[in-house]
Amino acid sequence: MHLNTETKPKLLWLQGVTCNGNSHSFLNLESLEQLLDKFELLYHPLLASTFSLSEITSLQNSCDILIFEGTYDPEFTRNNIPLKEILPYYALHAEHIIALGTCASFGGMFQSLAPERNSGLLYKVEEEGGPLIAYKKRVINLSGCPVHPEWLATTLQMLLAKHTIVVDDLQRPRELYSSLAHHGCTRNEYFEWKVDTKGFGLKEGCLFYEQGCRAPLTHASCNTILWNEVSSKTRVGTPCFGCTEPSFPRTNYFQTKTNMSIPQDVPLGVSKRAYLTVAGMAKTFHIKRLEGVLIDYKRDH
Amino acid sequence: MAKITKEERKNGIISAALALFSQQGFYVTTIPDIAQKVGMSVGNFYNYFSSKEILAKELILYISDYLGKNLREINMKEITTEEKIQEIVSMYFKMASDKPEMIEYFLRVYLSNREVFGSDCAGMICVSSFVTEMMIFFEEGVAKGDLHNQDFFSAFGLFMGYLGGMVFLFGEALLPEPLKEYEESISLNIYNALKHRD
Repeated sequence: MHLNTETKPKLLWLQGVTCNGNSHSFLNLESLEQLLDKFELLYHPLLASTFSLSEITSLQNSCDILIFEGTYDPEFTRNNIPLKEILPYYALHAEHIIALGTCASFGGMFQSLAPERNSGLLYKVEEEGGPLIAYKKRVINLSGCPVHPEWLATTLQMLLAKHTIVVDDLQRPRELYSSLAHHGCTRNEYFEWKVDTKGFGLKEGCLFYEQGCRAPLTHASCNTILWNEVSSKTRVGTPCFGCTEPSFPRTNYFQTKTNMSIPQDVPLGVSKRAYLTVAGMAKTFHIKRLEGVLIDYKRDH
Repeated sequence: MAKITKEERKNGIISAALALFSQQGFYVTTIPDIAQKVGMSVGNFYNYFSSKEILAKELILYISDYLGKNLREINMKEITTEEKIQEIVSMYFKMASDKPEMIEYFLRVYLSNREVFGSDCAGMICVSSFVTEMMIFFEEGVAKGDLHNQDFFSAFGLFMGYLGGMVFLFGEALLPEPLKEYEESISLNIYNALKHRD
């Protein structure tokens, strides 16, 4: 079975244990209609589809692209049919399988409901231990809680165009996950000079030191491909929660874990020694422009 | 006789200046004093350091790097936090006994004449290699569950203030015993003050 332009590729959207977050996120895609027009949508829980859930769970069809949203729990049922029967049936012949969201990628939020049997499609947190490990080469992980709709759209467009999708060591497209959420953050100057924000929701200051921001440790393009084309967590003054990483969910999202006032985790690939040396020096200087509200700086002069 | 390299000559100036500054103080010591002690002309001295202030800054960087290098070796060892405290105390006291001019310079010149060092040494810049290693020591101690998680400067002040005070007493010849005699009890006191509390 191969994707071709004469007949539309058949797209099937299945759900495991999920909050529907990725389905809802996808509905915010600006080009949703144009994108869906390129596929035959066999089934989607929220969108008009060719088949009903009962027809899908009768296991009579096949799909070209399988999207799986949610944590995989083999005993969890859809239309009284357990996932351990539905998933392998469609995965067997699907040309591409997309594990959509952190739950489907690593187990995520619902992993803890039954930690001994729940997992992502390939990974149980960071270890290989999911049901589709034998199909690893056909599986693409799109982590995120939820996944940015553009990330899914980009991946689907690449598959349509038969582009090779280069993946990282967690099977995520490098195109979307090689940069960090820190890249493109409008607060980078505050990070450089180690100026903390004075509270949530403010435009000024960095959220890394006290507010728990995980952007310098998180592979995600949230600040380069903006949400709803205009925004991101850090842009509105909320810390990045690191939701694209296997370690998600964590606890204490709004607090940076420190040991003796020193961040326990430092930016990816930077040694703690190097980070502390540079941070210590930067903190020495006081940049008047960065200390107050930007729009008021030199207003009276 | 082997020719003295420029690097060796520079180190000679550093040693002589450390001795003079720590004994006589920064302001009283002149460049001719230093040049004479090294056995070079004043003109040649300026080939190495263009002013007394620049030399003073070079000295504090030298001391900080020396301490930082020794601390780093201790930090890299696979030993307990309590043992690291013992090694840091021992290293610091050994330095105070064997190279008293280094600690004297730090306490009597650097901390007492901050105006000499100006903005180039603002905050922790000139002692960064030393302070960074202390940060690593404290952070790892907390991460391992050995030390109580608290403000960095509260812990840093307790540790270094204690050692600095003892070295000061030693320098004033007020201690009845050699510094080494106090290593064990002081290490234990520091550990007890900083250790994890249930």
